[in-house]
Amino acid sequence: MPWTRNEMAARAARELRDGYYVNLGIGIPTLVGNNIPPGIDITLQSENGMLGLGPYPRADEVDPDIINAGKETITELAGTSYVSSADSFAMIRGGHMDASVLGAMEVSERGDIANWMIPGKMVKGMGGAMDLVAGARRIIVLMDHVSRDGAPKFRKACTLPLTGSNVVDMIITDLAVFSRPDRNAPFRLEEIAPGISIETIRSQTEARFEE
Amino acid sequence: MSQKLYADASSALDGLLFDGMTIAAGGFGLCGIPETLIGALLESGVGDLTIISNNAGVDDYGLGLLLKARRVRKMIASYVGENKEFERQYLSGELELEFNPQGTLAERIRAGGAGIGGFYTRTGVGTMVAEGKEERVFKGERQILETGLTADLAIVKGWRGDSRGNLVYRKTARNFNPMVATCGAVTVAEVEHIVEAGEIDPDHIHTPGIFVQRLIPAAVNERRIERRVLRAEG
Repeated sequence: MPWTRNEMAARAARELRDGYYVNLGIGIPTLVGNNIPPGIDITLQSENGMLGLGPYPRADEVDPDIINAGKETITELAGTSYVSSADSFAMIRGGHMDASVLGAMEVSERGDIANWMIPGKMVKGMGGAMDLVAGARRIIVLMDHVSRDGAPKFRKACTLPLTGSNVVDMIITDLAVFSRPDRNAPFRLEEIAPGISIETIRSQTEARFEE
Repeated sequence: MSQKLYADASSALDGLLFDGMTIAAGGFGLCGIPETLIGALLESGVGDLTIISNNAGVDDYGLGLLLKARRVRKMIASYVGENKEFERQYLSGELELEFNPQGTLAERIRAGGAGIGGFYTRTGVGTMVAEGKEERVFKGERQILETGLTADLAIVKGWRGDSRGNLVYRKTARNFNPMVATCGAVTVAEVEHIVEAGEIDPDHIHTPGIFVQRLIPAAVNERRIERRVLRAEG
């Protein structure tokens, strides 16, 4: 049985270490925040200039001046700091973020990622994604194993315009987990969702990977 | 120094506007946008604008109002996903669009305001963003050259401001405002609360008055929320 989105997020959360500063992308990665293991203290960063994100507000706590990068209302915590966008991206581009968890349309076997545009369709923009993949120390991708039309998303080469080249360290899909120890190494299949066969993984993955 | 303080947006913008000009605006989404000054730009009739802003507002608010009135020729932005009219104008070729990675955009504005012609960054290496840009290797790492951005006019929104033009922003409404305030040939700030010089702790000022030439009390403080998300009570 494939992993649920929440199980995928929980798997990503297990990669986070005590004291990490982490940026979570929009979509499934936002679920990672609810799955941090007990005893692990993580500081979440939002690229619009907030370090130390709290939970969503209660109705009486809503403040239009406190939003996350997805433009959602959010709350602050004891120890939160606010900075300008330039300082926020100094955290990201300067290599100070321990990890970034984000979604992807495609990842290649050499760690390229495409998640910002589909040629011929309206392009919304890369926002902070190119800075995050270039700057955060560890890039963890959460994505479905195949696209809606059944095409593999972990590919030999990305067919879509890249967000970053050779930047992905770990891929968590609904069917499997792949990771590599460094960015010169090939990806290795680490885990398979319960009840999913290795043959299924092989047939639904275009990228080469070690088993 | 009190001549920095103007009664309203139209008097503060008087003599600054011309067709074809470049305007940089603070804000992220609809948070911390200079909503009073955007309204005054719309009323002024100025057009053929190049706008530097992280986002393009929404269909019926923020910079979206200038787009809807066909006043914008070119957007320099990082993300424009919340605006259908933008999409229509872009796909029909009426609007020019230059996408920048968000951190590159913030740094280009910061650099422009600081008199820095260009800088190298690893963001965008190996992507479409790098096309046509000079590349150098620093400590074994490929980086691309990005240039500083300046504007004929910069407009920002502050939370508190004093008569000398010192500004304080509030929480995530700070975002692009501090850099944008530095990049304008003239910078006009609107603030929610005008106070006397000395009322803001000098250690707490985000934008010193040297960057702000004109200041108005914000007449519009709608602070519209794009995505009101609440915690599930349990």
